[in-house]
Amino acid sequence: MSVRRLHEEQPESFAFSEANLARVEAWIAKFPTGRQASAVISALWIGQEQEGWVTKPMIEEVARLLDMPTIRVLEVATFYTMFHLAPVGKHHVQVCTTTPCWLRGSDEIVKVCKTHISERPGTISEDGLFSWEEVECCGACVNAPVVQIGGDTFEDLTGDKAADIIEALRRGETPKTGSQIGRHSSEPEGGPSTLTKEVQS
Amino acid sequence: MPRKLIIDGKEIEAEDNLTLLQACEQAGAEIPRFCYHERLSVAGNCRMCLVEWVGAPKLQASCSLQVKDIFPNKDGTPAKINTNSPAVKKGREGVMEFLLINHPLDCPICDQGGECDLQDQAMGYGRAAFHRFAENKRAVADVDMGPLIKTVMTRCIKCTRCVRFATEVAGVPELGATGRGEDVEITTYLEQAFGSELSGNIVDLCPVGALTSKPYAFHGRPWELKHTESIDICDAQGCNTRIDTRGRSVMRILPRLNEGINEEWLHDKGRHIGDGLGRQRLDKPYVRKNGKLVPSSWADAFAAIAARVKATEPDRMAAIVGDLAAAEEIKALKDLMIRLGVVHLDCRQDGAKISGPRPAYLFNTTITGVDAADALLLIGCNPRWEAPVLNARLRKAWLNGGLKVANLGVPVDLTYPVEQLGTSVEVLNALADGSHPFAEVLRNAKRPMLILGNGALARRDGAVVLERAARIARETGMIGPAGTPADGGWIGFNILHTAASRVAALDLGFVPGQNPDGTGGRDVAGIIDGAQKGEIDFIYLLGADELPLENIGRPFMVYQGSHGDVGANYADVILPGAAFTEKDGLFVNFEGRVQEAERAVFPPGEAKEDWAILRALSDVLGEALPYDTLADLRAALVAELPHYGRIGEVPLWQGADPAVWNSLGADGVFETDVPIGQAISDYYLTNPIARASRVMAECSRVLLCGGDQKVAAE
Repeated sequence: MSVRRLHEEQPESFAFSEANLARVEAWIAKFPTGRQASAVISALWIGQEQEGWVTKPMIEEVARLLDMPTIRVLEVATFYTMFHLAPVGKHHVQVCTTTPCWLRGSDEIVKVCKTHISERPGTISEDGLFSWEEVECCGACVNAPVVQIGGDTFEDLTGDKAADIIEALRRGETPKTGSQIGRHSSEPEGGPSTLTKEVQS
Repeated sequence: MPRKLIIDGKEIEAEDNLTLLQACEQAGAEIPRFCYHERLSVAGNCRMCLVEWVGAPKLQASCSLQVKDIFPNKDGTPAKINTNSPAVKKGREGVMEFLLINHPLDCPICDQGGECDLQDQAMGYGRAAFHRFAENKRAVADVDMGPLIKTVMTRCIKCTRCVRFATEVAGVPELGATGRGEDVEITTYLEQAFGSELSGNIVDLCPVGALTSKPYAFHGRPWELKHTESIDICDAQGCNTRIDTRGRSVMRILPRLNEGINEEWLHDKGRHIGDGLGRQRLDKPYVRKNGKLVPSSWADAFAAIAARVKATEPDRMAAIVGDLAAAEEIKALKDLMIRLGVVHLDCRQDGAKISGPRPAYLFNTTITGVDAADALLLIGCNPRWEAPVLNARLRKAWLNGGLKVANLGVPVDLTYPVEQLGTSVEVLNALADGSHPFAEVLRNAKRPMLILGNGALARRDGAVVLERAARIARETGMIGPAGTPADGGWIGFNILHTAASRVAALDLGFVPGQNPDGTGGRDVAGIIDGAQKGEIDFIYLLGADELPLENIGRPFMVYQGSHGDVGANYADVILPGAAFTEKDGLFVNFEGRVQEAERAVFPPGEAKEDWAILRALSDVLGEALPYDTLADLRAALVAELPHYGRIGEVPLWQGADPAVWNSLGADGVFETDVPIGQAISDYYLTNPIARASRVMAECSRVLLCGGDQKVAAE
């Protein structure tokens, strides 16, 4: 992790789309009057969904909407690494490199990202479709190593499988999410090894 | 309910609204801390205040542990707290080691050196000559926080005192901590200057050298400085200050603790006008010859004045007291003018229509009394500029007690919610007769108050404003029984003066006197008008620089003061006086509290203390004043006004005298087409010292006029 600053090039303006504004207002309504600032994370998250990343005008718009000092919104945006402070590709690949994934070969996946996306994390690929970064635990250690792209996780990866997924996305296909070796959820590889039959009591 | 605790083997009873840190201090233990500050919310992030609660698995941060949460032992004996056990020592050493991992070893070039909490506590609680980290230290980019605050953010230990001060006390939430973990940085949003009149206080709060005073950078070391107790004269609040001098120069001005006035805060103007004391100074007498001011001797200057005084009828002479004068010289000038038979005297340069007995021109509620108020009507005043430290107190009353505030006057951001009532004086009529909705709020309040400022009083119809304000005070129950709020007394009628000299001058009656024929003397407007018409031939200005002298005509003007400002430009004789740091003087704040400022340095060149100049002049004029020493003069002052002998005491509300409160001001009609104005147009440039200060000029340019800051060498 490194120092997180706002991106150098910022768009002129930001406005929530009508549907997203309604979602933000629904979040504000969840908190007592005068506590609307509690909706700041949700508002930024919805903004990021809309724009792909958190922009300076977005921070100012959220501050205005929630009637809170701009610096407070900036504090939140810089605190959470889930907020992208720089533009990302259409598919943002988050590679987990925390211990379980690392033990199971996340280095391979990082290597694939370097060759298939861009040499450095946080930069957009030449075709503008991809960007990648290393992240801390995605919460799917049982199926390590894991990659999260958008809202989906791709589990039980190897370098080759990760490359296939990236190339499939590049071709506009929708690769299968979840485990890539055919197991259901986090069941043991090759089928259940315990509780194989029902025992009569 | 008090709880029993055994702290370092000593059993004490601590109130359960205290924190453990406060309880430990009550027991006489010293607890080191960085982030904890009495006047700020508890953050609990520096971990320096660790203590041992015997039985608890870990050391406890005493600043954030409440006494009410400390339960007794199972056998019913009081909980045992150790503040100096080996575990505590080890814990604090560990914390200190963590703090120092990323703290640069640049104490020799750090302005905080010698008065640094981290330095002191590293000596007291750190491990001597012990370090085990070879890694590079973290480096952090500096933030531009404006002309007053220098930042070296690598030194920051993230205590967040400055962030909490800005948000809570100053009410200007522009500082924040961005990032997380090791990468936390204290910054303003997009590096804007920190736009608070109280910004200098974060320098005092910073426990390390991350935030230091920019004008003072690399100018001095704390152990070289001589400290003198003084009073701030930039507004009428009389904040207690400490003047640090080295040799003959004032190096810096810091606040001094006074719970009744400024707590421990000081506003930026009072803190940073120091450099103005060395510029534009009048250091020798001048006499105008052939239209040009030429340096002269004291004897020649006095002779020029004496010749003119002898040739002028008393009715054609006038004297005006400026905003920075101490009580002594006001009395000396008054006594001299009475001896000369002069009645055209005034101290209200701004033309404020203040009159009546003492409670009618004081801030009667007192500064501590503000804490008890629950509704406030501001009339033509902007406390954020006219008394920034008082404004922080008003904000505190809003935070703690939900003070309801309405402002009749120019809408300004006062850092707390304010109901704007417009700028029309006619609203006062509606408030007085109770038809305005806010009159209802005031009537329903338990302790309502109003603050009447010079923006309303300095109008031509100021006397009518005063009458209506007194009526509002009577009608809404602001004038209550005698005593302090704690004793059930209440008085909510307040005048907010902007001039440090004003209350003393009013106490001493430096207002238009009576002509022998019974007509009243001229006030400031009358004096200037008279001079333009040729009816006033001689004007004595005691540091009066806020006057419109452009079309004054050709009266003979004597200017006695410290700085070459407006008054000196028009003067025929200049008598160099002492600034507030260069004389022992009594200043009376807007509460009517008499305070003493001590001399920190001597006046420059041939300049003299002001009362002594007047004493010497009186001799030359053949009207020798009956005091030869400052002690004699003070004795005469106390004989005239006994409460001047009770230094530091705030006047106690004595209860209402209906005859006084029913006759304040003058009934009449308002000039309804003139909106209520502002007493101050530029916070940073309100007096001759501030106008001579480069720092203040830079503040005005950057913070008020939105100019760019100068970069590189100036």
